[in-house]
Amino acid sequence: MTDTTAVPAASVDRARLARWAQDYGVYAAVAALVLFNIAFTDNFLQTATLRTQLVQVAPVVIAALGMAMVIGSEGVDLSVGSVMALAAAVLPLYIGYGFWPAVLVALLVGALVGVVNGTLVAVVGLQPIVATLALLVGGRGLALVFADGQLKGITNPTLLELGTGELLGVPYTVLIAGVLALVIGFVVRGTVYGRQLVAVGGNRAASALAGLPVKRVLIGTYALCAVLAALAGVLATARLGASDPSAIGNLMELSAITAVVVGGTPLSGGSIRVLGTVAGALLMQLVRAMLINHDLPDSSAQMIQAAIILAAVYIARERRTR
Amino acid sequence: MSQILTTPAAPAHPAPVERELRRERLAGLAQRHGAPAVLVLAVLVASVLFPAFPTAENANGIAIQSSFLAIVALGMTFVIITGGIDLSVGSVFALGGVLAAYASQWGPVPALLLPLAVCGAIGLLQGLLIAKTGMAPFIVTLAGLLGARGLLLAVTDEGSTTYLVPKDSAFLEFGQGTFLGIGYPVYLAVLLFVLGAVLLQRTRYGQAVFAVGGSPDAAALMGLPVARIRVLTYLLSGLLAGFAGVLNASRLSSGVTILGVGMELDAIAAVVIGGTLLVGGAGSISGTLCGVLLLGVIQNVINQIGTLNSSYQSVVSGLFLILVVVVQTFLGRRRRRPR
Amino acid sequence: MTEPVLDVRGVSKRFPGVLALDDVSLTVAPGEVHALVGENGAGKSTLIKILTGVYRPDAGQVHYLGQPVGFGRPLDAQAAGISTIYQEVNLVPLMSVARNLFLGREPRGRFGLIDTARMNREAGEVLARFGITVDPRLPLHSLGLGAQQMVALARAVAVDAKVVIMDEPTSSLEPREVETLFRVVRELSGRGIAIIYVSHRLDELYQLCDRVTVLRDGRRVHTGELAQLDRLSLISLMLGRDVADVRRHGLTGFSAHDAGDVEPILRVRDLTVRHQLHGVSFDVRPGEVTGLGGLLGSGRSETAKAVVGALGADGGTVDMAGRRLKRRTPAGAIRAGMAMLPEDRKAEGIIPGLSVRENIVLAALPRLSRFGVVSRARQDRVVETFMKRLRIKAASPEQKVSELSGGNQQKVLLARWLCLNPRLLLLDEPTRGIDVGAKAEVQALIDELAAEGLAVVLISSDLEELVEGADRIVVLRAGAVVGELSGDDVTEDNIMAALAQEAAHD
Repeated sequence: MTDTTAVPAASVDRARLARWAQDYGVYAAVAALVLFNIAFTDNFLQTATLRTQLVQVAPVVIAALGMAMVIGSEGVDLSVGSVMALAAAVLPLYIGYGFWPAVLVALLVGALVGVVNGTLVAVVGLQPIVATLALLVGGRGLALVFADGQLKGITNPTLLELGTGELLGVPYTVLIAGVLALVIGFVVRGTVYGRQLVAVGGNRAASALAGLPVKRVLIGTYALCAVLAALAGVLATARLGASDPSAIGNLMELSAITAVVVGGTPLSGGSIRVLGTVAGALLMQLVRAMLINHDLPDSSAQMIQAAIILAAVYIARERRTR
Repeated sequence: MSQILTTPAAPAHPAPVERELRRERLAGLAQRHGAPAVLVLAVLVASVLFPAFPTAENANGIAIQSSFLAIVALGMTFVIITGGIDLSVGSVFALGGVLAAYASQWGPVPALLLPLAVCGAIGLLQGLLIAKTGMAPFIVTLAGLLGARGLLLAVTDEGSTTYLVPKDSAFLEFGQGTFLGIGYPVYLAVLLFVLGAVLLQRTRYGQAVFAVGGSPDAAALMGLPVARIRVLTYLLSGLLAGFAGVLNASRLSSGVTILGVGMELDAIAAVVIGGTLLVGGAGSISGTLCGVLLLGVIQNVINQIGTLNSSYQSVVSGLFLILVVVVQTFLGRRRRRPR
Repeated sequence: MTEPVLDVRGVSKRFPGVLALDDVSLTVAPGEVHALVGENGAGKSTLIKILTGVYRPDAGQVHYLGQPVGFGRPLDAQAAGISTIYQEVNLVPLMSVARNLFLGREPRGRFGLIDTARMNREAGEVLARFGITVDPRLPLHSLGLGAQQMVALARAVAVDAKVVIMDEPTSSLEPREVETLFRVVRELSGRGIAIIYVSHRLDELYQLCDRVTVLRDGRRVHTGELAQLDRLSLISLMLGRDVADVRRHGLTGFSAHDAGDVEPILRVRDLTVRHQLHGVSFDVRPGEVTGLGGLLGSGRSETAKAVVGALGADGGTVDMAGRRLKRRTPAGAIRAGMAMLPEDRKAEGIIPGLSVRENIVLAALPRLSRFGVVSRARQDRVVETFMKRLRIKAASPEQKVSELSGGNQQKVLLARWLCLNPRLLLLDEPTRGIDVGAKAEVQALIDELAAEGLAVVLISSDLEELVEGADRIVVLRAGAVVGELSGDDVTEDNIMAALAQEAAHD
């Protein structure tokens, strides 16, 4: 009688290495990059440099948090960039009513998109890629229609303050991203919804048989992801000081998926690594910053990014036991 | 006392069977004739509403505008029928154009071969990664999207250089020449579609493409080289996207660096609107052609209205996409769950 | 007897922890229809996989056409002439019948292009020989499952098969389709093709097969002419029970309960699921273990699933504690006080990436939380209680459930349901695939729960477990109730007698 299943001895080392890389690789890589930058990048430790990095990464972190939850449910949301653009587009339309109404409407639009996505996945039964592809295509078009294809300046002082202001030296956007990471971390670990989400992603059939509200959990997850994307769109607009639906959130789905995957969350669902996702976003930001600081052009940055994605997915692939 | 019962044989269920059959026929009809029907309808409505629409000049414009997307969508059709997706085609299209313009300084042959070699290599690499390592096509080709765009930037000094095709180059004939008033790209697109249809319907490779997408396990059990089929298909998609880029560069006399962003989405939309199942296993080349032309007509109509924002096009294609996929799912539900 | 086309000599196959095949031999002559039978875990599928090149034997030899062979892949076996028809049709549903028939070997004409006209014509001819007249240009999925099965058969034979292995080919066919299939099988056998026929439907075996090989627990227990073996003997060989054997007491941890005339807590009436259940009715009383008996494929698991709404039913009613369950869903069944332990622990039970603790509290999470925030303290109390009570052996509650042994995983799933305080427990094969110690513990637990007043439905392929454990047994065959045993009538002999009756219609 055995209590644990035996692992063939030959593959232990390889398996252990792969698991270590999956679990801690991203933190080690972030640490290594920070050390490298401290040593070789001028002015890296200056507040201004650090702040720029963090401000730039904040919207990615926020969108990636939502993406992590969707990927944890064994899905993917390709529409986050378009949702950011939609949120940015509706802001100037309602900013006349004040800061809060405008932001609420923007988040509501996000929620609506998310519910549509979630319904298509959970009720109609479409593949997540397919369901969210339509809103990736149509969402940005709709945003441009709302905005009449134009860039609109933002004059609302509260909104501008949100983008540029800071509390105790920390920019609001960074603060919000940090708080959200903590909140999502808590939601995933400590709430009924979070645990049900992980269970649904891990084994949907078993979750349904255990009486879990599978459809509600899935719809809620896509809604939450889209609301977070909308918030990222609001923050990006606030920082820019203008609503630019043609540029905001471009390829954000790619950055968000990259952050999640690099952070060690498997694409096969059933596990959500919130801290890893934040680290994944930071890692990609640091890579880009380092390359730019060392006069490596954008082209190399993109190709290196592509290589990192492939490597991360390749490593995560080992986790699947099939 | 034990009681032994006997039960008569199962009662038949004629009603659900009938309903399924009817649904089945409807699904078949919608899939085969949905896209052409909508295209004809769109053309008719546009012709009635806009007098400038049903002119030879306008039709020619739509045809030449659509020919580049059509060639890209042709490759995408094969990929989607195998159950995959290729998000890299927009970047590869742009890269193909830039490389063609760059190589045109040495004449038309290098201008054709260099981009095809590079774009084919990208497709091949993606296919190998997908078929041999089991990574998800969308993530591999997403990386391909980035990588190809990065390569493009590297070739063009971070996008600051726009290579021009020499004014006297024979290469320009490709995209700018006309025959009977219709541009070469249109003929080339039509030729490629005919070849594509033959490849898909009349060769063992084409049959295998359907089988791999319809049921990979069954295909493997029936002895088909599933991995090789996948690799070939991504190679084909890369080649076609690159070739469309070459044609476009010839037409524009230059390698424009910012082209092709979001083109993968248009191509996917055209393929799906044309009745190809996004889950793989079924689709047609003629459907894709209808899908591409439908998108072209919609764009043209939006331009005709004039007051409308051109972004309406992506809203409409997004709506079409979701409509088509949802209808397919409802009609085809029985097929995907055979029991 | 003529020279055998296939000769399996003393084949053994070991998997980690199990000897799946132990010195099994089998010979099949050309034109013979050979039945291969056995219950779950008997080794049938392992043997088939060795014949088709999926597995290689650890010991023994397979001789084919007089030569020793060792197929490396299914493709090699196919090329050599051993074809397999699976229960699930392994063709491409969206492609046309003709294309499926010729996939990979299409006739080619000019320029190496496929000659579609010729392909369709030849397909029509081939199918006509099999007695089906369908337009070969139709997509395969538009055919009935029987016709699809026939296409698979035609494809198998068209590649010059000398041996065709049919694995449960009739499980989703209509009676009329079964007739056609049989006719074709007889014709093939007339042409000298050997057929290995795997099925649990005794009626079919007796109609079709010449000889039979019975496997049990990885060993061959019988080979011989089928006609010389009556049904009861065949069933007793499959189940490993001697017909004349006196019922032995006390081998399992069960004792009898007397529910007397207690009002049933669950009333199931006319439960119908297309192709699977045909009007199943039974009652379950609190304080009693009701067994669902029957051979594999008789609809036992389907019954349990349909009761809790995990399988959509086409008709019938389920009343729980006097209230009718209207829209049946697993969540609704749980609210009504039911709990079902599914048969397939891996696919439908455990969430592999989560810990033992989280797997236990999964269904009870809403009850163990306040305002949607889970309470770790309450969880730990519940988990500790049940880990102790069920003696779940894990390094800690935080160990991943996928790292536990099968028996402990099963206990984790039992704990998941018990912490909901259900009034009715449906257990589908609760002791399959777990070791002897854990098995006795689970059996004792079932007994204990019934004694506490819980109503239990027990599904088991293990006849001994069923007879010892159940106070009343509902016997199912081909999706219908064929007998109900209670009190002293609950014996292995009576169950086997109920299973062995000739079907009234066939």
